[in-house]
Amino acid sequence: MHEFNYHKASSVADAAARIASSSDGKLLAGGQTLIAAMKMRLAAPADIVDLGGIADLRGIKVEGGGIVVGAMTTHAEVSASKDVQKAIPALAVLAGSIGDRMVRNMGTLGGSVANNDPAADYPAALVALGATVITSRRKLAADQFFTGMYETALETGEIITSVSFPVPKRAGYMKFKNPASRYAMVGVFVADTASGVRVAVTGAGPSVFRVADMEKALAKSFSPDAAANVKVSANGLNTDIHASAEYRAHLVSVMAKRAVEQALAGK
Amino acid sequence: MPVRLTMTVNGKPVSAEVEPRLLLVDFIRDTLRLTGTHIGCDTAQCGACTIHMNGNAVKCCNMLAVQAQGAQIVTIEGLAKADGTMHPMQAAFRDHHGLQCGYCTPGMVMSALDLVKRHPNPSEETIRAELDGNLCRCTGYHNIVKAVQAGAKA
Repeated sequence: MHEFNYHKASSVADAAARIASSSDGKLLAGGQTLIAAMKMRLAAPADIVDLGGIADLRGIKVEGGGIVVGAMTTHAEVSASKDVQKAIPALAVLAGSIGDRMVRNMGTLGGSVANNDPAADYPAALVALGATVITSRRKLAADQFFTGMYETALETGEIITSVSFPVPKRAGYMKFKNPASRYAMVGVFVADTASGVRVAVTGAGPSVFRVADMEKALAKSFSPDAAANVKVSANGLNTDIHASAEYRAHLVSVMAKRAVEQALAGK
Repeated sequence: MPVRLTMTVNGKPVSAEVEPRLLLVDFIRDTLRLTGTHIGCDTAQCGACTIHMNGNAVKCCNMLAVQAQGAQIVTIEGLAKADGTMHPMQAAFRDHHGLQCGYCTPGMVMSALDLVKRHPNPSEETIRAELDGNLCRCTGYHNIVKAVQAGAKA
């Protein structure tokens, strides 16, 4: 790992000031991707601003019928939260399925969302549930937040402080894990929300995307077969040693079917 | 620039000047000379470096030592009693031959303790699912599962 200057931020404002004064700084959340990348010298920031000491960024609140999760809340905390389990059980299931136990004890919602790994789980939940990303500067709808592979609408020095999830009528998340890395080869989050049915797919393309045909079919009939009968085009999907684009396209329909089954079972 | 790092390891306060880029596993092994915590893959996949930070299992090869500033750390050396009597989970691994080469064992035991804290009477299925971040390349999982079940009851 290359050398860097370490800054432990005392508040969001302090973190913003420190990241703004660095020409090549990185925010450190749980570090489960960043530290690994720095060890391999894929990332070599001059400054690290550690968000780990900012208590305001941690915790889960029930607010106005929704769930607000602080950016530095770990996957293990979201998965174990009684409030999340009650209001959006699929979100608790998703958080409990990220990586392994030790990764979930360190990895955070804000870190995952800001990194926008093409195979990360949380982006699918944010987009399907119509969540809002709250930053140090503004509020962003999930549909506008994820802009491409490892790319988001975040500006330089902008810090995610929390994510607000509206409670859906019902929702389900299912993923086909890569048997070695356990990352989602395809993950599908289906949510029946106040603004209609929303289907978001992770792992299959360069970034999370919605499947309009499947949303229309599920709006007519919220059933496993309605999801399974919608075929997804392989155009633009990922091909690698683990799966072809065609196979991933097929998996989208299969995972969507299972996600609807989970939503109907209510767990 | 070096950082003054202070934490509690196995009940004892420790303090040192460290480089910010020092990994927690290297602080534990090289600075504190607690070599029971192993480095297996060094890429956060195998779980041999699992320790407890503030009561939770974490992979200390995938975090900076400075991320543990002020934390309560427990390593495999912190489990046995002062007179050398093994922790019940360690004893269960011995009794059930839950190890072959033993390289993964410190991480397996630390993960097993995190697991039984949340699942006091775990099924085989639960143990296998919860231990998916710990790899045993001798593939000795069968006896590891038996050891964790026995250790949970002990």
